[in-house]
Order: sequence, then structure tokens, then C-alpha cells
Amino acid sequence: MTKYSAWAREAWAVFQKDLLSELRTKYALNAIVMFAIVTLSAVSFAVGQFAVGNDVRAAFLWIVLFFSAMSGLGRVFVKEEDASTVQVLRLAARSSAVYTGKLLFNMVLLFALAAVVVPLFVVLMALDVLDLVFFVGTLGLGIAGLAGAATIIAAIIAKASAKGELFAVLSFPILLPLLITAIGGTRKALDGVAAAGEFQVLLSYLVVMVTVSLMLFDFVWND
Amino acid sequence: MKFSGVLKLLLLFWLGGVILAAFFYAPADRALGEAGRVIIFHIPVAWVTVLAFLVSCVYGVQFLRRRDLGDDLRAAAAAELGLLFAMLATVTGSIFARITWGSFWNWDPRETSIFILLLIYAAYFALRSAVEDEERRGRLSAVYAIVAFVTVPFLVFVVPRVYFSLHPDIITPTGKLEMGARTLQVFLASLGGFTGLFAWMYQLAVRIGERRQQA
Repeated sequence: MTKYSAWAREAWAVFQKDLLSELRTKYALNAIVMFAIVTLSAVSFAVGQFAVGNDVRAAFLWIVLFFSAMSGLGRVFVKEEDASTVQVLRLAARSSAVYTGKLLFNMVLLFALAAVVVPLFVVLMALDVLDLVFFVGTLGLGIAGLAGAATIIAAIIAKASAKGELFAVLSFPILLPLLITAIGGTRKALDGVAAAGEFQVLLSYLVVMVTVSLMLFDFVWND
Repeated sequence: MKFSGVLKLLLLFWLGGVILAAFFYAPADRALGEAGRVIIFHIPVAWVTVLAFLVSCVYGVQFLRRRDLGDDLRAAAAAELGLLFAMLATVTGSIFARITWGSFWNWDPRETSIFILLLIYAAYFALRSAVEDEERRGRLSAVYAIVAFVTVPFLVFVVPRVYFSLHPDIITPTGKLEMGARTLQVFLASLGGFTGLFAWMYQLAVRIGERRQQA
């Protein structure tokens, strides 16, 4: 048994633990889905009968996704602090495995949300997706990048006070480049234009964020 | 790193000279007119805010390695100044935008990136005020500064290349600087002057912080 497979098993165990406890309580899932439904309804109602361009609709989609993420992804480390399970987790798994497990969990949570929200959005806003591959690809990479940045910030705020408000305040500047690119890419996909540039940016953002988070997580996690 | 009386006087006359030269020595820009003089102040100030961010990150990294609270103090001092210069850069840029393009704010990529830098600084201080323990505060703010630093290149370099920018591009595709000789002289002098100003204010802030720590 190499040390890499041990690390993978630890990360997977952390992910499974979070997934299991989430499926039992559905705390974050409820918050995130309810928030998304409410925002989506507000957007759809506001647009109403008006003809809105693809640029506006792409922006609305990402506003719904972003604010839902802000409401639901922040608790992933805070819940360990609240349940006083931090020490046990520190003993049970090495820090990079903990980070990876939590990252996977946040990604799954956000993808699950997208699986509900995006089809609803397409239907409600009568979206005509001209380039499906780029649409799905931009969404996928954008969501992965969102979760990637959100997880390290969640780790930081778990160690601070005033956790709820701080999460959005800290995440927003970090995520703006991702948002701008994702909105642009989605708009292009809706218009049927190739979004190769946006793809590159989104992919590199994801890689950079996860790498930096892995390198720095230890400093946040271990007091 | 105390600034001697001579050095302070030199800085005063240097910056005073730059301000005078910007209006009387440098000619009005061909395309932008008198408003083009803002380039002499706006770009150095924007440069200083990025420099301050860099200094803050470097000391953040040092703090993570050495856990010396003096490093954290230096990181915070640089960030304070960075916030100030970021506000100056945003305001000067906004006034220029109003004069030249008619509106104060347009979400042009460069405008967006200075705004984000402003937000990063603000978030940095929000985080610092939310943590009581000094060592933990230093650690968390250092990590945040580094994470934020990593996202800045995306805005500064990637987005303007991908999207059309309102910003006048003084660095042409061939890489040469497109500025009149006189304007270039004043501009470079201003660059040095504002960097000197930052250095002076920074070492003042650090010395004040050190006195406070000793007390």
C-alpha cells in the first residue's frame, strides 16, 4: 500500500463522511436549493414578458449560482468547529486529505444544485442554447472553480468570528475574475460563438486555486 | 530604515517638482488633451498599490515561515497603504473616465481590476478585525493575501486581452512605450517620487507599529 493510495483513501473517507452527514441533515442542501429557487423566481418574475438578451440571461444564471454558493458552501469547516470534531479529524486524516475531501464535497453540492437550477433556468427563461458543448463545459468548469475558491475561504473563516458575513466578503473579490469569465463564456455559448478563451481562463483558474489552496491549507488547518 | 531630514526634504522637492512639471513642462497629450496629464499621477499611484500588495504578500509568506509578529506588522502596514493608494488610483481613474468618455464608471477590465484590488484590501482588513489571537490573525491574513494575490494576474493580464478595453493602450503590440519624450521624463520622475512616498510612509507605519508593540 503506497502512501498515495492511503492519502486517497483518507480524502475519500472525509468526503463520504461529509456526504453522509449532509444526506442525513440536508442542512446545506436545503439552504442552497431554497436560496436558488427563490432567486430564480425573483429573476424570472422581474424579467417577465420583456425580451432580454443572452448577455443579461447569462449574468442572471451566474448570479443565482454564485449567491446560492455563498449561502451554502461556507459551512463545510464551520460545522466541524461547532461539533468540536476538529481535533479528531486532524488525527484521523492528514491536512491535504481533509482539504481534498471537503473540496470534493463542495463540488458535489454545487453540481447537485446546478443539476436542479440550470434546467429550471433554461425552461423559465426560454433559453435557446446554440452551443451545448461550450455551455455545459463553461458551467462545469465555472462551478468547479467556484467550489475550489470557496473551500479555502471556508477554511479561513472557520477560524474567525463573524463567520457568515465574512464568507461572502472574503470570497467575492477572489471569485470576480471567475464570474466575469464564466458569464462571458456562457453568453458566447448561448450565442453559438466558440468560447475557447474563456475555457482556458476557467481551467487555469481552477488549477491555480486548487494548487494554491493545497499548499496553504496546512497553515490554516493546523493551529 | 528611518528617513533622514535630508531625504524627506528631497522627497518633498522631488514630488513638488513633478507636480509642477506635469502642468508646465510636459505638453498636453495629442489625443487626450489636458486630461492626459493624469497619466503622470494615475499610473504611478496604481503601480504603488500593486507594489504594496506585493510587499504585503512577501511579508505574509515570511510570517508563515518564521511566525515573527514583526512580519505580520509589516504586511498589515503595507496593506493599509495599499488601500489608500488603491482609493487614489480609483478616484483619479474615475475622474479621467468622466472627462474623456463621459461616465464615471464603465466596468472596463482595468477599472474592474482596480475595484477588485480595493475589495481585496477591504476584505483583508475585515478578516483581520474578526480574529482576536495575534498569531492566528497573522496566519489567516497571510493565507488570504496569498490566495488573493494569485487571482490578480487573471484580471490584470488575462481579461483585458480577452475583452475589448476602453483603456488607452500605451504599450503597443510591439512592446514600445508610446509617450512623448517630455511626458516620459515627468512620468518616470513621478514613478520614482511616488515609490519614494510609499517607502517613507511605509517605514513610518512600521515604526509606529513597533512602538505600539513594545508598549
